[in-house]
Amino acid sequence: MKRRHALQLGFAALLGAAHPEAGLFAAPPAGPRFLLVFLRGGYDSTNFLIPYASDFYYESRPNIAIARPDPASTTSALALNGDWALAPAVRETIGALYLKRQAAFIPFAGTDDLSRSHFETQDSIELGQPSGAARNYRSGFLGRLAQTLGGTAPQADPIAFTDALPLAFEGTSSVPNLSLKNIGKAPFDERQARILSDMYAGHHLETAVRDGLDLRQEVAQKIAQEMLSASRSAVNGKGFELEAERMARLMRDKYRVGFVDVGGWDTHVGEGASQGALAANLASLGRGLQVFAQTLGTEWDNTVVVVISEFGRTFRENGNRGTDHGHGSVYWVLGGSVRGGTVAGEQRSVSRANLLQDRDFPVLNDYRAVLGGLFRSLWGLSAIQCDAVFPQIRPLDLKLI
Amino acid sequence: MDPHRTFNAPPPARVRLPAGAALVTAWALLTGGCANPGPKQPVYAAAALPVFHRQDTLWLERVTFGIDAESVGELHRLGRERYLDRQLRGPAPAFPAPVAAELANLVAARPEPAQVLADLPTEYKRINAMPDGAGKEQARKALNEAGGKLANQAIRELLLRAVYSPSQLDEQVVWFWLNHFSVHQYKANLRWLVGDYADRAIRPHALGHFKDLVLATLEHPAMLQYLDNNQNAAGHINENYARELMELHTLGVHGGYTQQDVQQLARVLTGVGIGTGSAPKLKREWQNLYRRDGAFEFNPARHDFGDKVLLGHTIKGRGFEEVDEAVSLIVRQPACARFISRELARYFVADDPPQRLVDRMTQTFMRSDGDIAQLLREMLLAPELDAALGGKFKDPMRFVVSSVRFAYDGRTISNTRPMLNWLNGLGEAPFGRATPDGYPLTELAWASSGQMSRRFEIARAIGSGSAGLFDAEDDTPPGGGGGFPQLSNRLYYEAVEPFLGAGAKAALAHANSQQEWNTFLLASPDFNYE
Repeated sequence: MKRRHALQLGFAALLGAAHPEAGLFAAPPAGPRFLLVFLRGGYDSTNFLIPYASDFYYESRPNIAIARPDPASTTSALALNGDWALAPAVRETIGALYLKRQAAFIPFAGTDDLSRSHFETQDSIELGQPSGAARNYRSGFLGRLAQTLGGTAPQADPIAFTDALPLAFEGTSSVPNLSLKNIGKAPFDERQARILSDMYAGHHLETAVRDGLDLRQEVAQKIAQEMLSASRSAVNGKGFELEAERMARLMRDKYRVGFVDVGGWDTHVGEGASQGALAANLASLGRGLQVFAQTLGTEWDNTVVVVISEFGRTFRENGNRGTDHGHGSVYWVLGGSVRGGTVAGEQRSVSRANLLQDRDFPVLNDYRAVLGGLFRSLWGLSAIQCDAVFPQIRPLDLKLI
Repeated sequence: MDPHRTFNAPPPARVRLPAGAALVTAWALLTGGCANPGPKQPVYAAAALPVFHRQDTLWLERVTFGIDAESVGELHRLGRERYLDRQLRGPAPAFPAPVAAELANLVAARPEPAQVLADLPTEYKRINAMPDGAGKEQARKALNEAGGKLANQAIRELLLRAVYSPSQLDEQVVWFWLNHFSVHQYKANLRWLVGDYADRAIRPHALGHFKDLVLATLEHPAMLQYLDNNQNAAGHINENYARELMELHTLGVHGGYTQQDVQQLARVLTGVGIGTGSAPKLKREWQNLYRRDGAFEFNPARHDFGDKVLLGHTIKGRGFEEVDEAVSLIVRQPACARFISRELARYFVADDPPQRLVDRMTQTFMRSDGDIAQLLREMLLAPELDAALGGKFKDPMRFVVSSVRFAYDGRTISNTRPMLNWLNGLGEAPFGRATPDGYPLTELAWASSGQMSRRFEIARAIGSGSAGLFDAEDDTPPGGGGGFPQLSNRLYYEAVEPFLGAGAKAALAHANSQQEWNTFLLASPDFNYE
């Protein structure tokens, strides 16, 4: 507690020095929160946002297509408009957010990287640098975002809910990272943590050590709270839901720019349709994000979640009732104040002629332009600041924020 | 609480005593009381003989993967210069017998890359032709597991060598080059190849000439697949490897080459790829130009025979000789000498190495035609290193290996999986870097708040029990050999304790148990910096 107080004082002093007009007494403003959810493996967006008006879709996926919305059934795909429907697996979660206008989807989204390689494309997305230029692996777009925000106001406080720091956060100093997946109780009791901390007193790692131990204790405490409030239905201690609740608690109290990745999307084989492997993974993700929104409470209105993946998958199913690496994907934008209930961005009708290389969806909405536009609205970034985050990109204003 | 009194049990008999008469005398002086059971005070405290200088311990930490009784004894006996020369040009290392046997097994169990690469496509085809269902899934899974097992064996070999090789410098340099010429086990078929890559492309040249190292990695099927040069052919240029060869492997990102040079080098590299099965049918004038060595192939039918201009020099189109000419040209650039010198110094000396040292190493590189051993000698005996001692943060590999060397000195672990788990937890698993730039060499990348708390957790795991290090490597039930290590051992009292900082001393004094004491020591700045 003491430390946080000191931190705030430090920030205020910094603010006062840099921006006298902000005033010394300015508490950290209730700035927005942003969470990036990276679905690693290339999720099959075509069975998430279903082009149900397209006969070509049903011809292309004889075994894994998701049936057209059925108004009589609450377990069928949820029609969003005349073209698109939402997977039944997320009907109760993400679908509910959509109906509350707190969710929007952006089809034909992605990158101009055509390698269709997981690593290549994940890297290029996380780095977010101009295509064609030599890559700088020490500079990710969230790192640049945190730096840009940190330069003007205490809004950055970044955190990665991952084991290692993701490429996206490269290039800014000391981003706390902690995977909340399989986290047990705190490894150290208070006495031990204090002894460890004291060992680094006066050392240049003093802050990192203390922050790390504190964060670990903090998380352990939140887990203890979970145990105490276990009667609440949201927490059933499973997978991404549990992780999402913990993330929400941490972001509600402190952190402003978060990153998490979720795996298991590389469905080459036995993908399933309204039920099966993909549906189960989507359902878990949907429940997690719903819990995330609920846990944030009123702060959900101040939060934006964007879900992305490195690429979409082949439009047609393959010989193994799965799909292979494709190109254009569907991104999600969620948040209490998002102008949702819409399928946004440039679109084309879904037909064979409109496929890229007769294989997959083209990209009409570049991820840098999409995210750059969201960041600009979210934090009121200037053109120069936008360019620092995504160089040489014209931010796209999808009017979602 | 005084840890000396509490935890300084008499040294266990299993600690190997280093050879050397002078040292034996020193040890005898130090530990003279050990024959008598349970002296309450460490005897050395009475012997006012300064055994070791702090700088020597720290220097040894840099040259090795972490001090153990043997290396301390040897340095004591030989002094820095002779110790280093032995490390650089010494005889082949003698491993402890069980480790030597295990290493031989691991190498014997490894298939030839050419065979693997010939067999795998057939195997995939066979599985794909199977009817959908459980049988097919099982076959696919079995094949995947076989690949995973080979990669794990490669990691096991690397870790056993890192912990037990008396040629510690060689092992560190192998690790450095594996990271410099990084490949990722999860791309393409690499899990089947990474063991061979380490042993055949990197290890034989780790202390040799830089150009040989570049060529060995260039020709290895792991690199050919990882950076896609096996898909680089006349009319179907793939620049991936050509770019990284200059940017990451030799010249550095600002090494004075242009996009034009990348394209030209990619043309030089057309036809350099992987060959399996019988040689392709070729036009008569190409037959003499075809090359095959193991899985490496140069196929003239895929080569662009036009002339190229690389870094201002014209390279006459004529086949694989162009590759040799291009690599020679590149490694003779001052930019290459500077880049490699700086990278080595960043790993061994300081995150931001002194320019004067880098300049001297650059000169040595150019004068010696890239003789890595000479470069290392220059660097490791430099006054700049002496001045930088104590300031280098151990990356996870150094942290984990040095912990095991220190905690289990004189014992032979049988299972390396806990070490791999710790490395995974800390984010530096061997062959685990997805991107071709290799793991970072500087503290910034490893000392974030989350990483520090994770490191302390792992310090606790190492300090609180044997963590399965003495279990059988296969899945047979744990064979015991448990118990926590005794880090307050003789090595500690001789080479560590006299130089501990006040913070660590205070923490150790507050330890309530040997396990806690171990944890604090492994978590201390003193142990985490070298």
